[in-house]
Amino acid sequence: MNIFERFMKLDRRWIYLFLLAVCLLAYYSDFTVPTIVEKETSAIYNFIDSLPPGEVIFVAIDYDPSNQAELHPMTYAIMEHAFRKKLRVVFTALSQNGPGMADQAIHDLADSLRVDKTYNGVEYKGRELVNGVDYCFLGYKPYYALVITAMGQDFRTPFPSDYYGTPLDSLPLMKKVHNYDDIAILVDVSGGNITDAWISYGQGKFDFPLALGLTGVMTAQYYPFLQSGQVMGIMGGLLGAAQYEDMTDNPGLAKDGMRVQLPAHLVIILFILMGNIGHFAGRKNRKKVQS
Amino acid sequence: MKRQLPLLFVFLFGTFMVVQNFVPHENSERAKDFLNDWTIIIGIFALALGIWSLISVSIDKINKRKPNWEYAFVTLVGLVAMIFFGFTSNVSSSWWTYFASLIVLLIALWLLVQGILGFGAGATRSKEKFFAGIGLGLVFTLIAIFDKSWEFHFYTPEGLENTMFKNFFSNIMVPLQSTMFALLAFFISSASYRAFRARNLLASLLLIAALIVMLRFTPGPWGDLISKTSTWVMNVPNLAAQRAIVIGIGLGMVATALKVILGIERGYMGKG
Amino acid sequence: MELGQFLWTSLAAFLTLSVFSFLYKDNPMYKFAEHLFVGVSAGYFVIILWHNGLVTNLYGRLADGHFYFLWLDSAKWWYIFPAILGIMMFTRFSRKWSWVSRWPVAFYIGIATGLAVPLEMANRVNRQLYSMMEPINWQSFFGSGWLDMGAGYSDIIIFVGTVSALIYFYFSKAHTGVFGSAAKLGIWTLMIGFGASFGFTVMARISLLINRIQFLDKNWKRNSFDFTNENFSPGYLVLFWLIILVFLIYAISEFLKYLKNKNASSVKSA
Repeated sequence: MNIFERFMKLDRRWIYLFLLAVCLLAYYSDFTVPTIVEKETSAIYNFIDSLPPGEVIFVAIDYDPSNQAELHPMTYAIMEHAFRKKLRVVFTALSQNGPGMADQAIHDLADSLRVDKTYNGVEYKGRELVNGVDYCFLGYKPYYALVITAMGQDFRTPFPSDYYGTPLDSLPLMKKVHNYDDIAILVDVSGGNITDAWISYGQGKFDFPLALGLTGVMTAQYYPFLQSGQVMGIMGGLLGAAQYEDMTDNPGLAKDGMRVQLPAHLVIILFILMGNIGHFAGRKNRKKVQS
Repeated sequence: MKRQLPLLFVFLFGTFMVVQNFVPHENSERAKDFLNDWTIIIGIFALALGIWSLISVSIDKINKRKPNWEYAFVTLVGLVAMIFFGFTSNVSSSWWTYFASLIVLLIALWLLVQGILGFGAGATRSKEKFFAGIGLGLVFTLIAIFDKSWEFHFYTPEGLENTMFKNFFSNIMVPLQSTMFALLAFFISSASYRAFRARNLLASLLLIAALIVMLRFTPGPWGDLISKTSTWVMNVPNLAAQRAIVIGIGLGMVATALKVILGIERGYMGKG
Repeated sequence: MELGQFLWTSLAAFLTLSVFSFLYKDNPMYKFAEHLFVGVSAGYFVIILWHNGLVTNLYGRLADGHFYFLWLDSAKWWYIFPAILGIMMFTRFSRKWSWVSRWPVAFYIGIATGLAVPLEMANRVNRQLYSMMEPINWQSFFGSGWLDMGAGYSDIIIFVGTVSALIYFYFSKAHTGVFGSAAKLGIWTLMIGFGASFGFTVMARISLLINRIQFLDKNWKRNSFDFTNENFSPGYLVLFWLIILVFLIYAISEFLKYLKNKNASSVKSA
């Protein structure tokens, strides 16, 4: 058995160990990977940045803990950007475990926003986030396609009260917010099919600016909607989150994670090349033996 | 009645929703919202079916001593505990009676189940266990009524703010679900090594496109070139491919939906 | 970090490492973690459905009525009917009465499919076809710089690529002749698209691993060794090393088993 055939018979657990070792080495090393901001992400940032204080944006947190690695940093980056600019935010969570993710994000951000911070040279004073005034978390309902369609008439149809049981009519924020006409932009941060429903049943029927925050697995599939104008921006995976953090001058988990991405990608490419070299060398050897 | 009425429902409501899309009148929108509202409520009951399924499968696994039957207890304890925390809140600083009540509830439920279904494969129904379960259930009810250190909240969402409920979500569900998906990083590395072969032109095209996209944030002068190439690949050939897939899926969805509305596709009705 | 919070974080770290131990082999710790997840997530879903679904959308609307009138005295009494339809779903478990569950299923299927037909056609098909028909940029056909996506040639590639990929998906005609060549071009385009998806998928999967490493380091390990924390006690370190010890013992026992099997197989072959 030659060296290539030995490599091909390598136990997969050695491959796992090598990948883990490279990731840990990269994580504990001190270097940064430059973030090139793409047009798709800057479109979302520029739109939200141009909104005057008091405007209402809608953030749909439609992901489960399985996608939190890529999508939580995006959610945090957008929400902190919006709250620092004194925009008001309406949230929903149309995925099964989304309410917990949204609740976690709201509480973490409430803590973060109490502190004075400077982003891009602008100083933002710390403040308390007030439920019903600065934000409203509508909660979860099943069958997202129907919920998205129903919200087009009035948010109160599928959501008579918010996640915490307070009737929407009693919330100061929701007094003038009835449907998609009253929001400046809808940002859907999603890890599944709910994005398709927002495009077809939401944006397609009610025509509001729609931005997407997607996992890496889904990103490539939504470029047609970007080009057709149905979607005004896409943040794709951890890279998209890192780009948004870069633009808001608020480095977080995404920027920290990107420096591990590059060595890990190089390892995957190495495995692909080794696998192919081993396969073709082995095939050549087997042909020699047969002849 | 058994098959014709459901087919008629699907046809009537399906046709109404298609026509309603083109009728901008306020009454049409009200009717649509009315139907949507009803469907959401029906859907909630439908989703509860899955939970009942999980409970019956776990109990069956324990009773018939199927492989790894011991772990079904873990599933049931996790389920009952989470439901208990979601419907209650601890109002005092002491947690002892709160957790003691949960343990009493777990034992009571298990005795009731054993009593109703019998214990072990082929065993007769166990009246003693059933009545013991009823007894413990009464004890739990008395604790719930008289112990003021914790409260039930069925119709108000205080349970959603319960520390135990939130901690179970943040420290059990979140790490478990995210770690299970993190295993995919290792599986994709193994798949890259063992399965990704550039055997022909098509596989080579796929490989080259993948390499360009994977290297797009490499620093340095080559990185800039690869980044521009990657942007072009995403916005031109990838866009073309994905657009064709989107159009194909759209046509497929419309065709399937029409087949369902017209009664040609009846898989949702099941057998009989 | 307070002791209570540290205990919860340690539990999360233990469960994380239990799931990672599956990479070596299926083991009791992984099985425990897996079954716990199933139970807890099902319980979570029940609570969310109850508080965010049934209570707000059903009970909240019938609350002004009375149970002994079956809520028919409520101002919005008609909401009792979707509740009845929902309860009819549970007849699915009876062999004799399972046909009753078809009515609410038909109600839902009819509405969902009726909603889908015009909107999917408009947004997935029509809007995509419209944007494909946009004029080609003849003024700047070769664009500027390396691979300009706004250039005329890019527009042509998008158009030709989409049409040829759609031709590839048409299996009612044999892929021969000119049609076959167009289908071949289509599959090449599709392969480039799948390759781009694969590249993003690799990034996505690695991100999931990175997040777990960040959690174990930032949330657990750093707090275990954070001597500046006013709540710090030696118990933090003890718990940290205890959890590491559990997995070390497992790893050592597996290694000893492996050596034993290796010796046994070499003795057998000798």
